[in-house]
Amino acid sequence: MTEETMTLEVTRYRPGHDREPRTQSFTVPYRTDWVVLDALNHIKDRIDGTLSYRWSCRMGVCGSCGMMVNGVPKLTCAAFLRDYRPGPIRVEPLANFPVIRDLVIALDDFMEKLRRVKPWIIRAVEKPVSDGEYLQTPAQLDAYKQFSMCINCMLCYAACPVYGLEPAFLGPAAIALAYRYNLDSRDEGYRLREPVLSEAVGVWECTFVGECSVVCPKGVDPAAAIQRSKLAGATDWLLSMIMPWAGRR
Amino acid sequence: MATRKTSEPFWWLLFAAGGMVAALLVPVHLLVHGLAVPLGWTSISHARMLALAGHPLVKLYLFALIALPLYHWAHRFRFILEDLGLRGLRTPIAILCYGAAVLGTVATLWVLWQI
Repeated sequence: MTEETMTLEVTRYRPGHDREPRTQSFTVPYRTDWVVLDALNHIKDRIDGTLSYRWSCRMGVCGSCGMMVNGVPKLTCAAFLRDYRPGPIRVEPLANFPVIRDLVIALDDFMEKLRRVKPWIIRAVEKPVSDGEYLQTPAQLDAYKQFSMCINCMLCYAACPVYGLEPAFLGPAAIALAYRYNLDSRDEGYRLREPVLSEAVGVWECTFVGECSVVCPKGVDPAAAIQRSKLAGATDWLLSMIMPWAGRR
Repeated sequence: MATRKTSEPFWWLLFAAGGMVAALLVPVHLLVHGLAVPLGWTSISHARMLALAGHPLVKLYLFALIALPLYHWAHRFRFILEDLGLRGLRTPIAILCYGAAVLGTVATLWVLWQI
């Protein structure tokens, strides 16, 4: 009996050598429990060791194996070959990002944006460790928990047409994380994040496409975070118009 | 990076208010004035409707009902054009879209004034 196979059409690109990205086809064994990442590992181990791509945990936690699978941003560790029968499967680097080599994209822009929204708990005055933990009720945890599930895989940036057209756009994950910390009862950093969010290229750049929430592998709803941040920003703006003398929250 | 002043919150608030009106109030009027009255499910005479529309509070309501969804349309349509790739024309598109809504607002005021 001949072994069942599947074809992967993989984008190859070596800046300096190739003038532009090209597609290379690989035939891999088909296994019902294999994901696209398993197929890529098979190619690297058995067929062509020069194929470059990022991966680490292979269980949907590290967020490093995001690629375009048949044109849709996916974690390749969660994209089963069986869902793409009979193939071929097109595997490309994440859209909207510069390519370093093959399927590896440059993270610098996202990392810089992530840093700008200060995604950590900010306190006006840190209390000493001897005073104990910052306690939180289950309801206070639920307020932000969904948004804390983000694994920085950047699938939402690859799905966002606005980011594709305007690279300065702060983008879904960074806004969702800013919102996550703004919602955290232990956090006091709203005023520090607000200037970044309320920029023209902050939340206001979003045109309600909503694909970010569709492709998120962790069930985060960045689109909701963006729209709710717009409401908070608009409320701030309105208050500053009506009561310019009042202190802002 | 310097923070750029933006008028977006203003337009977004009108967009949001218009969306509420379009989603909650417009269907009621479509049902009553678009179906129930023309199909004879209920009868409200033209004279009564006109008298009702002449009341200052009703005028205010009609103004919100008609004008706010225009801004909802303007904001959405502006974004659709931008998403289609016309980002080089952002300023003219914004002026055209919001300008049309402002014109509609003025026209609404004028019509209500005549009643």
